[in-house]
Amino acid sequence: MYTLHFENGILAVSGKLNRDNATQFQKSARLLTVKNAPNTLDLSGLEALDSAGVASIEELVAHFNHKDSQLKIIPASPDVEAVRNTFKSTAQIVDKPPQPNIFEKLGGNMEAWFRSMGEALVLCSELFYWSIVGIFDRKGQRKGSFGAQGLLLGYNALPVVALLSFIIGFILSLQSAAQLKNYGGNVFLPDLLAITLVREMAPLITAIIVAGRSGSAIASEIATMQVSEEIDALRMMAINPIRYVVVPKFHAITVVMPLLVVFSIVVGELGGFMIATSMLDLSLGTFVSRSVNIIKFKDIFISLTKSTVFAWLIVIIGAYNGFRVRGGAEGVGKATTASVVAAIFAIVIADALFSLLYLL
Amino acid sequence: MIINNMEPIISVRGLEARYGEKRILNDISFDIFAGQVTVILGPSGCGKTTLLKNMLRLHEPVRGSVKFWGEEVLQMDETSFNAVLRKVGMLFQGGALLNSISVMENVAIPLEQHTRLSRSVIERIIRVKLDLVGLHHAIHLLPSELSGGMRKRAGLARAMVMDPPILFCDEPSAGLDPLTSASLDELLLDLKKQLNMSIVIVTHELASIYRVADRVIFLDEGALIYEGTLDGARQAGIPTIDRFFEAGKYE
Ligand SMILES: Nc1ncnc2c1ncn2[C@@H]1O[C@H](COP(=O)(O)OP(=O)(O)OP(=O)(O)O)[C@@H](O)[C@H]1O
Ligand SMILES: [Mg+2]
Repeated sequence: MYTLHFENGILAVSGKLNRDNATQFQKSARLLTVKNAPNTLDLSGLEALDSAGVASIEELVAHFNHKDSQLKIIPASPDVEAVRNTFKSTAQIVDKPPQPNIFEKLGGNMEAWFRSMGEALVLCSELFYWSIVGIFDRKGQRKGSFGAQGLLLGYNALPVVALLSFIIGFILSLQSAAQLKNYGGNVFLPDLLAITLVREMAPLITAIIVAGRSGSAIASEIATMQVSEEIDALRMMAINPIRYVVVPKFHAITVVMPLLVVFSIVVGELGGFMIATSMLDLSLGTFVSRSVNIIKFKDIFISLTKSTVFAWLIVIIGAYNGFRVRGGAEGVGKATTASVVAAIFAIVIADALFSLLYLL
Repeated sequence: MIINNMEPIISVRGLEARYGEKRILNDISFDIFAGQVTVILGPSGCGKTTLLKNMLRLHEPVRGSVKFWGEEVLQMDETSFNAVLRKVGMLFQGGALLNSISVMENVAIPLEQHTRLSRSVIERIIRVKLDLVGLHHAIHLLPSELSGGMRKRAGLARAMVMDPPILFCDEPSAGLDPLTSASLDELLLDLKKQLNMSIVIVTHELASIYRVADRVIFLDEGALIYEGTLDGARQAGIPTIDRFFEAGKYE
């Protein structure tokens, strides 16, 4: 513990000053000297100091030092002075770099946006190029990657896709059945369900699930590789990182996504059928024949085409966000989040564009 | 310079550590004394980092005992062990800075969490500590904007910001130039002398070992093969140690 003594303009501190009592010491010293400021600080009674003690003494001295009067300091014992010397602040204060104002920020954001669009386009073209080359020449891709990625992106997503599709099919039918019943339009349920599932729901649901599961995984994997210099290491081994890391994922997702959508349609129909038989007394035969008749080749074709486009968007956005990461590990989380948000956004926009196609 | 009647500040007995089934350390026993610099030596991959982690319960040892100030820490409850940890600083091999906050905020963490010091005093302490490791110009940078050696030094500033009675440093001078490395050694010696700090260093740098070591502990293939003074180690006639010092010789 320390003791403070103030007399004849001399503020004397003795005992031990450390981080447990430094704040208390500063307060008491200020209180003692409200009326008249000290001209001398007597440290000769100090027995021990730590860095917090040194800092609090310096704060106090700075508080009393004015341009015309400097506080005189009576030094402590050599041992304590040595500590004071080690921890004395000499460094000039480095100011925080100035923050840009709102207009600079806005302009910077616009510029960054255009630049990132450009970069994404470059990535796209490289990716398509290497994907096509990669079909014929497997060299330069990670070994066994296609199979592993196919399993990861497709097979592991089956349970979630099944569950959600079933529930969606079930709900769609439940809601429509209630309305159709009123008009005696029971038999139209299969038509309605088939159209909605094939054209909209199945591709969209599947894409959102894949964006959440796999898009994020792609982004975080590549971002981790980027911050831990793995991408640089690949480059230094004369390996194209896009070809090595992204192309197998691109191939896998291109194959797997349409299959997932077909699966989603079938399971969704199953959920709808539960309602059709139980609430609307439709037979299996009617249900199936009406569903199959209403769906044209064009519907299936556009549906699978757009799901492939969604898949590509997911990979490109995931990979782009992954490669773009700068800085440390905290960038990985940001890249992952950004990739999921951007992918879902892009999917919905693309879906809107595709729905125009059905009007043709 | 071993003073035999001194109480050890840390004593490790029969420590065994495994990763899964793989045994990394076997039956390690040694003491660490107050106010001394103890250097842990040994070939790369022999388990030095593992030893530090097991002493500090970052990894639970399979068996053995670790006493800090005479108290067994391996079976200690969370609260008491936290009290021990507050008196210990640790510099990790990779620096282990929190990536999302600036160097200043990193160094501020222990002070803000464990003391009631005012912000101005805290900032003063941080500037002093960063200055001691030669990093005052990097105070507002993010860890990802630092070089490897700078990260190490920022980690050291954080480890010693509370003036802990015991300071562990895992390879403080790896990746540093000889001048910076020498000034860090100087700093460690100052801390030892002026605050009576006990310092445990893992290092491979012979120059650094000659400058700072009061005692050395030599590990090889998971076993402790020597504990004692540096001179003693060189005269003990243990082939591994002789080769170690021989290979590091220059001129
Ligand atoms: N997380 C882990 N899981 C499994 N084994 C590990 C793990 N960390 C380390 N090891 C093994 O433990 C052994 C000792 O590793 P440790 O990091 O303690 O070595 P070290 O002596 O600190 O080496 P260096 O001087 O290179 O830092 C090594 O053989 C390593 O393979
Ligand atoms: Mg190590």
